[in-house]
Amino acid sequence: MIDKRVATLAEAVADVADGATVLVGGFGNSGVPVELVHALLEQGARDLTVVTNNAGSGETDIAALIRERRVRRIICSYPRSAGSVWFEQFWHAGEIELELVPQGTLSERMRAAGAGLGGFFTPTGADSLLAEGKEVRVLDGRRQVFERPLPADVALVKADRADRWGNLTYRTAARNFGPTMATAAALTVVQVREFVELGALDPEAVVTPGIFVDRVVQVVV
Amino acid sequence: MTRPLSSVDIARRVARDIPDGSYVNLGIGLPTLVADVVGPDKEIVYHSENGILGMGPAPTPGEEDPELINAGKQPVTLLPGGSFFHHTDAFVMMRGGHLDVSVLGAFQVSEAGDLANWATDEAALPPAVGGAMDLAVGAKRVLVVTTHTTRDGRPKLLSRCTYPLTAAAVVDRVYTDLAVLDVCPEGFVVREVAPGVTPDALQAVTGARLRFAPDLTVVHAD
Repeated sequence: MIDKRVATLAEAVADVADGATVLVGGFGNSGVPVELVHALLEQGARDLTVVTNNAGSGETDIAALIRERRVRRIICSYPRSAGSVWFEQFWHAGEIELELVPQGTLSERMRAAGAGLGGFFTPTGADSLLAEGKEVRVLDGRRQVFERPLPADVALVKADRADRWGNLTYRTAARNFGPTMATAAALTVVQVREFVELGALDPEAVVTPGIFVDRVVQVVV
Repeated sequence: MTRPLSSVDIARRVARDIPDGSYVNLGIGLPTLVADVVGPDKEIVYHSENGILGMGPAPTPGEEDPELINAGKQPVTLLPGGSFFHHTDAFVMMRGGHLDVSVLGAFQVSEAGDLANWATDEAALPPAVGGAMDLAVGAKRVLVVTTHTTRDGRPKLLSRCTYPLTAAAVVDRVYTDLAVLDVCPEGFVVREVAPGVTPDALQAVTGARLRFAPDLTVVHAD
């Protein structure tokens, strides 16, 4: 019998290990699995590599992980934002590593990992500083840089509705990285607003089939 | 007397060049003004890198949905016919050549069409890139909107960019407060100038050799 629902946030993140690579969904404040990140903070795992679009702002979620010294390295496309004080402070002090990745490449590297591919060539950034040290080839007359997949130990995703098979739907632009991250981690943990009965989700409208999902917890905000 | 174009005038001029039915991504900052001034006779589908097509204007105050934001993290609405999709698909649209037009800001543009808009020579800030590089290499037409010079009067249109490149040889047309210029095999070709701007005056604030179209006119914003 398949039931991926777990009762508590603590249970959802209990076995995330020190040194894990953790994908965190969200774009700005939209679609960030805030409660799962806070549960991870409580759980205490440290020396993490966090993969996410932005590096947090204010005092919550990713910013809190950084502030509490849980993050050794962040892989990210746009770490600066209004209120990204903790990231900037740690970066200036040399206390956090930054791997800067163009946003589309970040997405596609995770997709490649989830898809079982060995890598891909992209024109994005091929003529930029970010291609330094990487293989560049001319393909079809364009310079393209080789990028490796980005697999992870854990993905923390915010979705909207789920059933016990872990099928997911999302809400508006909060979807963003969720579906791709769900495929790219060994352990995919999701927080949702609502659980529905098996069969209640329109099969035409399931965005993340439950095959990619390991645990789902309901968070009512 | 020289009358440089206002930001809204530049946006209006850009909007004139966007055909009805285009799929368009507008960069953060100056480019977003374009959506405000496109006429009601055109139906433009706006794309946002965080997974939206058919992005609409800002909601009425009090009606904001905090999850429905644009690339600049501002609340937006969705127009009828709009759709949501995940981030990787958003970048398939961008990188895969499906967007008709990308309107971007710039620190510098070279006469070869090189674009520098993600980093300067300022080492004190942590670097950040976002979707700029994907947009620059993927869109069918790349339009740059920028002031012609920096705040302290230095040229932004150059023979070679000195700032780190976003992408090489991608820019098609540049719209500034002083002129509209095409990037051609021979370099910048000026098509239109703002009222009162003479070719010599424009050349004096440009860091690359300008050629002037035989049918050079004054920019009309409307």
